[in-house]
Amino acid sequence: MSKAYLSYNSIVSSYGFDSLSAIEKIKREVSSLQVFEDKDILPDRFCASRISTDELEEAFDRLGPKEPYTKLEKMFILTLKNSISASGLELDDRVGLILSTTKGNIDVLQESGPFAKNRVYLSEMGRKIKDFLGFQNDAIVLSNACVSGILAIAVAKRLIAQGKFDHVFVAGGDLVTKFILSGFNAFQALSNEPCRPYCKTRSGINIGEVGASVLVTKDIAELNDTSVEVLGESSCNDANHISGPSRTGEGLYRSVISAMGQAQLSPLDIDFVSAHGTATPFNDEMEAIAFNRAGLQKVPLNSLKGYFGHTLGASGLLETIVGMHSLHQNTLYASKGFHEMGVSKSLNIIEKTKSASLKTFLKTASGFGGCNTAVVFRKVAS
Amino acid sequence: MINDLFITGHCHIRDNTVFLNGAVVHEQKGTDFPTFAKSVYQKFGIDYSKFFKMDNLSKLAFLAADLLLKGNNSKEERNIALVLSNRTSSLDTDRRHQESITNKDSYFPSPAVFVYTLPNICMGEISIRHQLHSENAFFIFEKFNAEYLHTYAESLILDKKAEQVLCGWIDVDNEKYEAFLYVVGKSGTFTHSIAQITRLYQNK
Repeated sequence: MSKAYLSYNSIVSSYGFDSLSAIEKIKREVSSLQVFEDKDILPDRFCASRISTDELEEAFDRLGPKEPYTKLEKMFILTLKNSISASGLELDDRVGLILSTTKGNIDVLQESGPFAKNRVYLSEMGRKIKDFLGFQNDAIVLSNACVSGILAIAVAKRLIAQGKFDHVFVAGGDLVTKFILSGFNAFQALSNEPCRPYCKTRSGINIGEVGASVLVTKDIAELNDTSVEVLGESSCNDANHISGPSRTGEGLYRSVISAMGQAQLSPLDIDFVSAHGTATPFNDEMEAIAFNRAGLQKVPLNSLKGYFGHTLGASGLLETIVGMHSLHQNTLYASKGFHEMGVSKSLNIIEKTKSASLKTFLKTASGFGGCNTAVVFRKVAS
Repeated sequence: MINDLFITGHCHIRDNTVFLNGAVVHEQKGTDFPTFAKSVYQKFGIDYSKFFKMDNLSKLAFLAADLLLKGNNSKEERNIALVLSNRTSSLDTDRRHQESITNKDSYFPSPAVFVYTLPNICMGEISIRHQLHSENAFFIFEKFNAEYLHTYAESLILDKKAEQVLCGWIDVDNEKYEAFLYVVGKSGTFTHSIAQITRLYQNK
């Protein structure tokens, strides 16, 4: 079976419109989360990471759009344009496009903007993005709750292994909207201050918005100085509850064991875990149980939600890209917001950003519907 | 490519009619979808109270999956992956959530509605019902995409991620709905090919 590598990547976030803007701030443990009072979005104060509409517009206008695009489409197009340009690849029929999102243009449902109502259909959004960038193949849209972004990498790997494509650009994006905030607020899952994954005082999630993209390729000529190889991946459902995490971490545990098995690695071979860590009481507890069952309790671990918030359908992809930079910079990034152990099983939370010799990492995510995904990556020498 | 994969069963639900492996097994014309769904539930003697809390997309997926998977009652865990797709994502329920937050005077978002504003929730419901700890993936396409489902199901079995794959199309958009689910495995009547999937889908 052909190998799959990740290389050129881009993060469009409130830190800036390229990966390094975000990485430089994370290295210095600077969060992009801010407290907002915006009654059009939520009656209460909320904490989020939001991309400036004006700055996005300015950057997007430089690409010479000929018609109006939604905020999310602009984020997708901008991040993909960055990754495509950096790779220099010609978008022929061997190049695929996967878009990962939970809600897409959901803001079109409520706003009387310039967009036809059909713009809220994800295939329509996919068509606009594909056409703007000149892909020959139609966009494949994956919408699988909060594992979408990491699952999209596994999907790209399989499509390459099946010979359908040689290269796939995978992009993830979701918005901070009234739709999302009102829903999570109804679940009493939102924190109105910066989130604190795994901490004793954690009180819920923050929502963030990013557009992130990466090139997945089988061709070693397309690698760059952030590249990793996908060694193993697995997704397993909890088969327990549609909105609550499993008390035994069953699906996450099985995903991790299966992904490490395919990678032929043991817990000792994993240099760090980039976990999901949403900072809700139940999620973080579930992860601690699953990681202990899998023998990963001593492996350095972080959640990046304290930097970006929970970026929904983009999060797994975004956090993988940050993990790629982490490996190549030989730096473990602090799990921002953590102060005191707040889960019942031990975990080796990275409290301070520090240098370490790194080769491999495990990325995990879990989401509504009981879904869990785990992927093991190994650094490829540049 | 491999030739030894088959379609072991298929189920179509549309126009208030249930087809199982090509034969009409139930119909109830002239009622709306929730009433029709309840009639399917009763007809096949399903006993699962959570069904009545589900949104329409989950009810539709649950019923089609139940008809295809219930024959296998062995206690052994089955590794059946779920690969579903549609055009409308969860918009049918998204509109309900949106209605509950649009007006300040009637602002009342409900967790019981919001949880169904993701298309993959219906796969969570199927996983719970049949105790499937397997891979789930939900894709959105403009229309039924036999070629993609074929490639993806084959890759899951070849890669030993699953022994069988429950695949198909499950769409609910206001009054319109359609389910076409089929199981891919190592035995069955029909060869697992794009042409065969397309033919079974079109023989509605």
